[in-house]
Amino acid sequence: MNTFAALLIRDMQLTIRVGGGALMGALFFLIVITMIPFAVGPDLALLRRIGPAILWLGALLASLLALDRLFATDHEDGSLDLLMMGGMPLELAVATKAIAHWITTGLPLVVIAPLLGLMLNVELHATGWLALTLAAGTPALTFIGLVGAALSVALRRGGLLLAVLVLPLTVPVLIFGIAAANAAIVGPTPFGPPFTILCALSLVGLVLGPIAAAAALRHGLE
Amino acid sequence: MQLKASGLTCNRGGREVFRGLSFGLATGEAMVVTGRNGVGKSSLLRVIAGLVRIAAGRLILEGGEPDVPIGEQAHYLGHQDAMKPSLTVGENLQFWSRFLGDGRAVKPALEAVDLAELADLPAAYLSAGQRRRLSIARLLAVPRPIWLLDEPTSSLDAPSQKRLAELMRDHLVDGGMIIAAAHGMIGLERACELKLDRA
Repeated sequence: MNTFAALLIRDMQLTIRVGGGALMGALFFLIVITMIPFAVGPDLALLRRIGPAILWLGALLASLLALDRLFATDHEDGSLDLLMMGGMPLELAVATKAIAHWITTGLPLVVIAPLLGLMLNVELHATGWLALTLAAGTPALTFIGLVGAALSVALRRGGLLLAVLVLPLTVPVLIFGIAAANAAIVGPTPFGPPFTILCALSLVGLVLGPIAAAAALRHGLE
Repeated sequence: MQLKASGLTCNRGGREVFRGLSFGLATGEAMVVTGRNGVGKSSLLRVIAGLVRIAAGRLILEGGEPDVPIGEQAHYLGHQDAMKPSLTVGENLQFWSRFLGDGRAVKPALEAVDLAELADLPAAYLSAGQRRRLSIARLLAVPRPIWLLDEPTSSLDAPSQKRLAELMRDHLVDGGMIIAAAHGMIGLERACELKLDRA
């Protein structure tokens, strides 16, 4: 527990201190959402209809923004070697890093989403539901991205490879996230089924993502 | 406690680095691995640390903790210092001390390498030699029997090299083991030498 807390706190400190890393994603999210009404015009009915989709797309891209550095810096400065030599299994260490990453970059997106929803003419009571779908779905994005981040370190290619690898895998999260958000805001389909699948995707990610990422790292470091 | 290697073979990137390496090292003994560049000194240390898979042969630690991998009973001091520039000197060492051990003995370790006054300075402002000393403090903050040192004296000035030699001697007296990759004897006069040659 002590090692878990140590790694969690250290990773959160690093993201927050290094050039406002935590706010980068939220700021990107804000910019994307602000630009949409200018792009599609002042049609309030249209904005309300596409609002959930735009918010989810923005959150998806924002949460992938800082992901490629998740293991790259630890790899470059030799920390990854020492993380493997600690008493904590690598799978658990990797999961801890993902959780720290979600708290510092995913959670701010969830928090500002209701505010951004208002800019897209989503009703006040519906913005809460929207944030709830993001809270349930963004961990899945982080855990899928975790595998991509580990692979990009293992293969020594960053950037574009990560996007190409990760984005297709996030499609189910996007589909069920938007389905749940639409069910809550526009109706008439029920909210329950897509939302529970969204939760399931996050839980599967929590279990499988760290195992896959640790395997990729072990293989890549040789 | 005794570290025994027999017929150790290592492959990296599809190329055989060394083959059939055997040695034994007992408590209180040190070994300096020498040889030309690229002959596999660093690879040997990484194999012992468990960071590179053993292609063939056996490596056992007799008298150590049987259920713990050798890598978790060893410290690895590589070329990179594993310190984050945005954290302070104290925070860096505190983290590794908590992650690798129990999180105590941070202050005495900093004092031992003469960095106690800089504990609140972000590690970004340290010189190469000071960063090296901070990495060495990690070995002191968490007690582990085996030290794997990859050219530990690089970027250290003469007084610091002397201090490192003292710390290594203390570690051996306390029943530790040291395996160092180096080009000289780095103050370990009584160490045995393992000379690696091209396979």
